[in-house]
Amino acid sequence: MAAKDGGEVSSKLVLYSYWQSSCAWRVRFALNLKGISYEYKAVNLAKGEQFTPEFEKLNPLHFVPVLVDGDVVVSDSHAILMYLEEKYPQRTLLPADLQRKALNLQVASIISSSIQPLHMVSILKYLEEKVGPQERLLFAQTNIENGFLVLEKLLKDFVGKYATGEEVCMADVFMAPQIAVATERFKIDMSKFPTLSRIYEVQKALPEFIAASPERQPDAVH
Amino acid sequence: MAHEEKKLKLYSYWRSSCSFRIRIALNLKGLKYQYIPVNLLKGEQFSPEFQKLNPIGYVPVLVDGEIIVSDSFAIFMYLEEKYPQHPLLPSDLQKKALNFQAANIVCSSIQPLQNLAVLKYIEEKVSPDDKIPWAKLHIEKGFEALEKLLKDHAGRYATGDEVFMADLFLAPQIHAGIKRFNVDMAKFPLLSRLNEAYNELPQFQNAMPENQPDSPSA
Repeated sequence: MAAKDGGEVSSKLVLYSYWQSSCAWRVRFALNLKGISYEYKAVNLAKGEQFTPEFEKLNPLHFVPVLVDGDVVVSDSHAILMYLEEKYPQRTLLPADLQRKALNLQVASIISSSIQPLHMVSILKYLEEKVGPQERLLFAQTNIENGFLVLEKLLKDFVGKYATGEEVCMADVFMAPQIAVATERFKIDMSKFPTLSRIYEVQKALPEFIAASPERQPDAVH
Repeated sequence: MAHEEKKLKLYSYWRSSCSFRIRIALNLKGLKYQYIPVNLLKGEQFSPEFQKLNPIGYVPVLVDGEIIVSDSFAIFMYLEEKYPQHPLLPSDLQKKALNFQAANIVCSSIQPLQNLAVLKYIEEKVSPDDKIPWAKLHIEKGFEALEKLLKDHAGRYATGDEVFMADLFLAPQIHAGIKRFNVDMAKFPLLSRLNEAYNELPQFQNAMPENQPDSPSA
């Protein structure tokens, strides 16, 4: 397949990512689970590379991750995961059962709407400026803990080996990076969340999760 | 018979933009439902009965017989699969992804930063004067991104000439931006045009906050 300019068209997926982004982690995890190889393109958020005109064309919100699949460009981890689920149905991440499917999407939303946006660097910076560093940490911790409490209640009747049963699903893809960030970056005490803790022990042992973790990425800074 | 007709129940708050999204979806799919108000300002979302339905204490919640679904994104996908009439997602994968992206800009990058809980926090911990500017900042940032995302794809509606998921998520956010947060829509020509198109559709009008049973003006 030749490109218009005679160059080689990559048939591989391209993922724009930053090693520490928990949203990018979700997508790296899912790509590994589905056995999909991809080209990793680092966007250095610390250096502001998300604000270049080239990257803005890919994502006007200047966030990672962004997936490029031939002609198709998808930004936003949730949208990318829904796209991957349909385009590459191997190792499906959404159960066929409607209640369990809904449950997985609820978990995804709780994390991607009620938890992660409230501890983004830009938000915390504002709070630090207006209210101080202690309040900044408290704000992040409170929102994470409120969200985890909700997940604890939501999942307790559905958990199996993994969050919603015996297979790794969308809920696990969102949960595991979020818990990793919560414990490492925000020092959340997971003993308050026994169900989540138990599942996390299993999730974090998955080779697909480990390979997707920040320290293993090409742009990791040690 | 009357009992059968309204087997769908929607727990909703008149002003909740998340509930507004689902009210539009139900209208477009021609689904009748029982409207059960949850007064968020009075803290009714923390009652034991409601907590059992939805531990997060947010609306909307959909009850369909034995099935309980909370969170507007999850409810939307459930309705789309269970009641496929009047599909609200295009079949083309790029266009479908575009709809998910636009919906997520609203539900992850805008709405959570201007919901009741966060605004209360800003009011208490920062200052009451910072509340509206904070909300406006995040709404306008999101709207700028949406203008750029959709400009090469919009038709009569956000992603073409038919109403899809993106429209259901956009309309309530634009409505809130205008009515509650003084957003200057002149900066957003595409969203302004879309808003006018939404205001002409009865399924959107009937779903509007002002037209709900628990609206103060009702």
